[in-house]
Amino acid sequence: MPHLRMTGRGLWITALVVPPLAFVALFIVYPIISAFAYAFFDWQGLRRGAFVGLENFHTVLFVEPYRSWTLNAFKNNVIVFFALMVLQNGLGFVLAYALWRGLPGARFHRVAVFLPVVLSTIIVAYLFKLFLHPLFGVVNIFLRGLGLDWLAQPWLGQGDTALASLIVAQAWHMVGFPTLVFLAGMQRIPGEILDAARMETESEWVKITQIVWPLVAPSATIVFTLLFVGAFNWFELPYIMAGLDGSPFGSTDVLGLYFYRTAFGNVSAGQQDFGLGSALAVLIFLFVAVIASTITVRLRAREIQI
Amino acid sequence: MTVASTTYYDRKGILGTLGRDGLLQIILIANTIIMLAPIVIMVFSAFKTTPQIFQSPFAIPDFTQVGNFVKIWTETNFLRYLVNSFVVTGASMVLILTLGTMAAYAIGRYQFSGSSFILMFFLAGLTLPLKLAIIPLFMLMRDLSILNNQLSLVFVYTAMGLPTTVFIMTGFIRTLPNELEDAARMDGASEARIMWSIMLPLVRPAMVIAGIQNVVPIWNDFFFPLVFIQNDDLKTLPQGLTTFMGEYTTDWGVLFSGLTLSAAPIIILYIVLSRQFIAGMTSGAIK
Repeated sequence: MPHLRMTGRGLWITALVVPPLAFVALFIVYPIISAFAYAFFDWQGLRRGAFVGLENFHTVLFVEPYRSWTLNAFKNNVIVFFALMVLQNGLGFVLAYALWRGLPGARFHRVAVFLPVVLSTIIVAYLFKLFLHPLFGVVNIFLRGLGLDWLAQPWLGQGDTALASLIVAQAWHMVGFPTLVFLAGMQRIPGEILDAARMETESEWVKITQIVWPLVAPSATIVFTLLFVGAFNWFELPYIMAGLDGSPFGSTDVLGLYFYRTAFGNVSAGQQDFGLGSALAVLIFLFVAVIASTITVRLRAREIQI
Repeated sequence: MTVASTTYYDRKGILGTLGRDGLLQIILIANTIIMLAPIVIMVFSAFKTTPQIFQSPFAIPDFTQVGNFVKIWTETNFLRYLVNSFVVTGASMVLILTLGTMAAYAIGRYQFSGSSFILMFFLAGLTLPLKLAIIPLFMLMRDLSILNNQLSLVFVYTAMGLPTTVFIMTGFIRTLPNELEDAARMDGASEARIMWSIMLPLVRPAMVIAGIQNVVPIWNDFFFPLVFIQNDDLKTLPQGLTTFMGEYTTDWGVLFSGLTLSAAPIIILYIVLSRQFIAGMTSGAIK
């Protein structure tokens, strides 16, 4: 590297670059590196104790009751990811295709589908919590009004419907995002390709599967990866709708809640443990990083350059 | 990017087209109803008393009945939360756009050794989920003694917003022509003067996109206040909402009007600027 001469121009560039770099270094890079270091120590409250090597990792992965908590939360995250893959990204693709036709009112539908995306997750979570109230929630009032009393259930209060309710609320909140990313991808497909396809086949199905889907592959790569990262960082919506313990009985517990609970403690089991929390954070981080980059590389490979 | 230019119509029997487009139209209308119904019910309920909500949740209310809003205005800390959200979001946006433009301008307009490394450094920050570093961040804020201080939020939001902003702005600044700049330099204008008077007015469109992409998640954020802020008078709107929802659990009229008031600023802004919102919020995902 050549010797840096502090000319007027050099000083000017330094003055422009250093303050923003300092912010990113201090508040992003340094905390993330520290998170790895923290996991190798024993912590008493806010005080760092002895170096314990991999013990924290061993505890959260193999020692009961942490082992079952970790596995249960992880299992729920996997369910959430696959369910949202269908409900959010799958539906998003269908909606994008419908919007792409430019039918009357398409502009209005486009604005409507994206409206929930701009809302705070906290608002969405409370709204659905009130809607799903067993006695006074609109969902059950609506079902009883239709004479479907047997379907009216305590949605958030029983283990086999709670997680599904949260997933539906999340899909309502975010379906507009993949929709508009897919739509932008479809709008970039050149007209000549579509004209050529029209000569070849009458079938809409063939056109979607053979032409549209492969050509929006770059959009799919992005929304799949973002959904994966989002699903394994899921926190706000279950925190509000199901509480920090993932009630009832851990049926809605996810890694985000579990990590937060372990690190900062909760009302019922108030023990906070930065060491175990950091070990969890590192494991989640590595898992998400490895799988997300694998997804990206795999999906990139099938993208076609137009 | 008009809808018409990218649409295509098949030269197919009109009945076939009608049938397929009819199905797609039904899907769109059904979806729009599902998207809007919760928001409409929320706004309607805000104008009802709790018994009215329980008895006829779908009825159109008397919009002059604003008792719930009066209660929120006079009995709760709501206004304080709202002001706090404006202060925190505003300060963060000023810092993000100022620092982001500075870095992007240096990287995009000048050739110097290390510039691509610096861009890479910012881009790395783009992909890291900062939530998982919350424990060290908590300790850092404690060491800086800004726990329970809104500066902690402003600093984290600024750092989180910079990568996307630098990314969007660098790309845009690189496309600007050199002629104006060179002419000004010939006339002896200083680098700072060139940046301020000549180039900055040109980067406004990119600032709007970068601004919207950051303003929505910052305004809506709940996670960082949850960890950093305990004092009720310092809480931002999403965090304050949890306090408020806990206090009025049985007064559903007040709950719905609280949710409506919290959602109102961003919904109104979105309706006015929907095109910019959609472009801004999806700009990271669309190449």
